[in-house]
Amino acid sequence: MKFVPTALAITLAGFTAFTAPAAQAQQITGAGSTFGAPIYGKWGEGAKAAIGITLNYQAIGSGAGINQINNRTVDFGASDMPVAADQLATHKLMQFPTVIGGVVVIVNIPGVEADKLKLTGELLADIYLGKITKWNDAKLVALNPGVKLPNLAIAPVYRADGSGTTFVFTDYLSMLSAEWKSKVGSSTSVKWAAGNGAKGSDGVSATVKQVRGGIGYVESAYATQNKLTTTLLRNKSGAFVAPSMEAYAAAASNADWSKVKNFAIDLNDQPGAKSWPIESATFVLLPTDPKDAAQSAAVRKFFDWGFAHGNDMATQLLYVPLPKAVQDAVRAAWAADFKG
Amino acid sequence: MDDPTVSSTAAPPLTGARKMPLRRAGSGAVGDRVFAALAYAAGMLVLVLLGGIILSLLIGGLPAFRAFGPHFLVDANWDPVQQQYGAAVPIYGTLITSVLALLIAVPLAFGIAFWLTELAPAWLRRPVGTAVELLAAVPSIIYGMWGFFMIVPFMSSYVQPFVIDGLADVPVLSDLFQGPPFGTGIATAALILAVMVIPFIAATMRDVFQTVPAVFKESAYGVGCTTWEVMRSIVIPYTRVSVMGGIMLGLGRALGETMAVTFVIGNTNRISPSLFGPGNTIASLVALEFPESPAGSLKLASLLALGFILFVISFIVLAISRLLLRPRAGA
Repeated sequence: MKFVPTALAITLAGFTAFTAPAAQAQQITGAGSTFGAPIYGKWGEGAKAAIGITLNYQAIGSGAGINQINNRTVDFGASDMPVAADQLATHKLMQFPTVIGGVVVIVNIPGVEADKLKLTGELLADIYLGKITKWNDAKLVALNPGVKLPNLAIAPVYRADGSGTTFVFTDYLSMLSAEWKSKVGSSTSVKWAAGNGAKGSDGVSATVKQVRGGIGYVESAYATQNKLTTTLLRNKSGAFVAPSMEAYAAAASNADWSKVKNFAIDLNDQPGAKSWPIESATFVLLPTDPKDAAQSAAVRKFFDWGFAHGNDMATQLLYVPLPKAVQDAVRAAWAADFKG
Repeated sequence: MDDPTVSSTAAPPLTGARKMPLRRAGSGAVGDRVFAALAYAAGMLVLVLLGGIILSLLIGGLPAFRAFGPHFLVDANWDPVQQQYGAAVPIYGTLITSVLALLIAVPLAFGIAFWLTELAPAWLRRPVGTAVELLAAVPSIIYGMWGFFMIVPFMSSYVQPFVIDGLADVPVLSDLFQGPPFGTGIATAALILAVMVIPFIAATMRDVFQTVPAVFKESAYGVGCTTWEVMRSIVIPYTRVSVMGGIMLGLGRALGETMAVTFVIGNTNRISPSLFGPGNTIASLVALEFPESPAGSLKLASLLALGFILFVISFIVLAISRLLLRPRAGA
């Protein structure tokens, strides 16, 4: 997942770190998720002023972030995809979510405006499997009685680079379509059956914009910032919802966080009439056997500050903050994992 | 192209002659030895570095070679979910885009070099020649963005619909140019690559054309040859080998190009019969997949194996160009 302001935020964070040596500034290092980078950068600025902890975060991608924390070259890793329990145990890591973001579907169909076209997960899977190839396919027309759909080839666009966004999207399609699950499955990159790949969210949205009949998926914040033509999606309750902060928040609060271990929750296709069906949390990985206990404590203090004071910053950057109960559960997990 | 070899063959006796008068004090001899050792080490460092890179790629890619065997080279499957990896699609994409790029670039580069050395008015030669060299210095990401925002929409809205519709009834050609007009794809990538390698090939050609002794050309003109006849019968035969070497240098650049290709090729791990269809190259696949490949995974091993394969392909191309650029005895 990629954001345009990422580089800027990180550069700014880096600059302030060097130019203004605050009294007893403690520096913590993190690496990984590009999706989480803007909010970590923002929290970094806030935390530096408030509690004197400077964050040096490198948005190098989730997979690379996991590698870095496994090798203990940084204080914490960040991943868009929850890490499996056995991997956490092998590398002595604990995992907690930080913020939540949705994934939305964008289209370029002449005459179709934003949030007018209705889609379902099953139809999306058929489109990306190459089974539905025209926008005036009978199934699409039947679902959209009020929308005039042209006789135009569907041009599916996907992320060509390995990406947490792709994981969330393909995981959603796997939940809704048995055929997708058996033929393609879900991962940060998959074997696509149809369409073209583009690099990054900016590449996907630009390709969709350029190709008539294009359809793609990007993270919600990116779609909002760039005013892309999004679609409605049918959620688990059968209602068609438009992508909005309320819809993402509804899914997060309707999810049952209590049953999952390591917070490895799948936020796709959550119940509730207002819930947006495709979304995910982004995670932080923290060693449970830290080389330097003070550094580890500083990381926890940093995110504790982010949870307590950073929710508005998250909303400004179009993330959904974690529900209060989940933030408290994370604090409880810290207390359990790091005694004394 | 002949000049450097002349000076290098002349170099050893020169240094030998210089050694004697320079030996003034003991410190000079020690300095000489230290300097010689340093120069020796610098030279060896290159070899060690190269060997180290090859070796680390080979070792890193070993799990993939072991898991898939020689089948890795011909398997068109790239499925990160099932952990099935094959190199056929990126190898095919790398070779086809590079060869197509050369097909476009070589005639154009020849035209540029021909014009610059024979036809252009003297006052224009320098600015145009410099412009060609500057084109070679443009970073590849710029070509990528230019390709994505200018060439891709142009291909998608004008060239591709026109060609696809125009050739729809022609048997073989209709298969070669089919599919939805995404604008991206093998043909667009080849076009961008052609623009990128033209300066290299054109600059090499111009330089070697200039090495043709004036007396040869003047003699030909003297017996009444036209400019084209001089080019065809004197300049090209005289420089043929070096021209081939220049083309190979261009091919070498096209093979390894990453960013520009990634923008415009469509990044799809399928082999499409259509030249307008999307594809992938080794370099762009590695660049795209690397950040999300966990250490120790089969995916990372496969990417390193792909890197090794690209290295071998580039090495073969470089070896051929060295072979061709070597001045022939008696030339």
